[in-house]
Amino acid sequence: MLPKKVKKRASLLAIMLLVSVTGIFFILQSLNQNILYFKSPTDIKNNQNINFDKKIRVGGMVKKDSLIIKEEEIKFIITDFNNELNISFSGTIPNLFSEEKGVVAEGKLQDKTFFIADRILAKHDENYMPPELKDMMKKNAE
Amino acid sequence: MLNFFYNSNIYNWLGRLINFINSIFFPFLLVGLSFALIFSPPDYLQGDSVRIMYVHVPAAWIGLASFTCIALLSIFNFIFKIKNLILITKSIAPIGLMFTCIAIVTGSLWGQPTWGTFWVWDARITSMVILALFYVIFIIAHKLISKEDKANKISSLIAVIGAINIPIIKYSVEWWNTLHQPASIKLTGESSIHSSMLMPLLLMFFVLILYCALIFLMKYKTEIIRIKKKNLKRL
Repeated sequence: MLPKKVKKRASLLAIMLLVSVTGIFFILQSLNQNILYFKSPTDIKNNQNINFDKKIRVGGMVKKDSLIIKEEEIKFIITDFNNELNISFSGTIPNLFSEEKGVVAEGKLQDKTFFIADRILAKHDENYMPPELKDMMKKNAE
Repeated sequence: MLNFFYNSNIYNWLGRLINFINSIFFPFLLVGLSFALIFSPPDYLQGDSVRIMYVHVPAAWIGLASFTCIALLSIFNFIFKIKNLILITKSIAPIGLMFTCIAIVTGSLWGQPTWGTFWVWDARITSMVILALFYVIFIIAHKLISKEDKANKISSLIAVIGAINIPIIKYSVEWWNTLHQPASIKLTGESSIHSSMLMPLLLMFFVLILYCALIFLMKYKTEIIRIKKKNLKRL
């Protein structure tokens, strides 16, 4: 059998761990909305009390064939495949920004369907492959 | 059999192991780097900036794995008071801190060309910074608290509390919306990284593990020398 002292230390550690895990769990639960780096178009649609003066971030996929580039302004639609949001932006865009790729826009909502961004970040997905393979996949798809 | 655990025996073995790793480390490093930087293909989207990943991903893995080791050993140390484990955790900590910082810095350098920003406070990146802070606190606890017993106890508790952060880092990309992409390599199921890029990645991981082992053994040796100076035959 283990000595009494060892048992005491083990139970002390277990209780401490349990308490801190539950504590951190509840902290993260209550902070859930703040930990989300961006909101999806569905979140915005379902949210009843949106503060239109506050800067927020929205994210999703750039919808296919929605990108319109004018002289000073870029317009596109982001989608989470359920709901959509129109984005307008003027400024420089990151290299990886393109249609059917993830994007995060920072700015203010004008109304529930229109968003003016003042910063665009490209979101990279988890797929890595050489360019030749991508060309082959495109050919197969056609 | 138990003789093996006498520090003077461990000490002899440490010397031999260090020499062995020293002799194979540089050839492996050359092969790994040449595959990662020259022979592997560029990515279809990111181009050559994908090569940062060959350091970033192994560094992040090692950062997480080191802290997990420290936490597990600290639990055993806290319950059973095995002093040798303290020497081991003390030797792992600086390596883990270094690789966590490398992961953060390389990630930030990669973020600029791909995301368009050096830094964002999303869940993955913030939790990684917290991990680095835990390493710092762990190391500082040993330096600042002069009473050895107390320092061991407190640093063990820090490691156990910090261990809660590890699953948070791992699953942050799944639980919350983050700018950081989800894991490409999964324990179960197919990985979404092409095999021509996976091979150099695993090779670089092996090379960095060798480097970690080298630094760890050297640090462990110094810790044993420090004990020997106190004229203790055995812990």
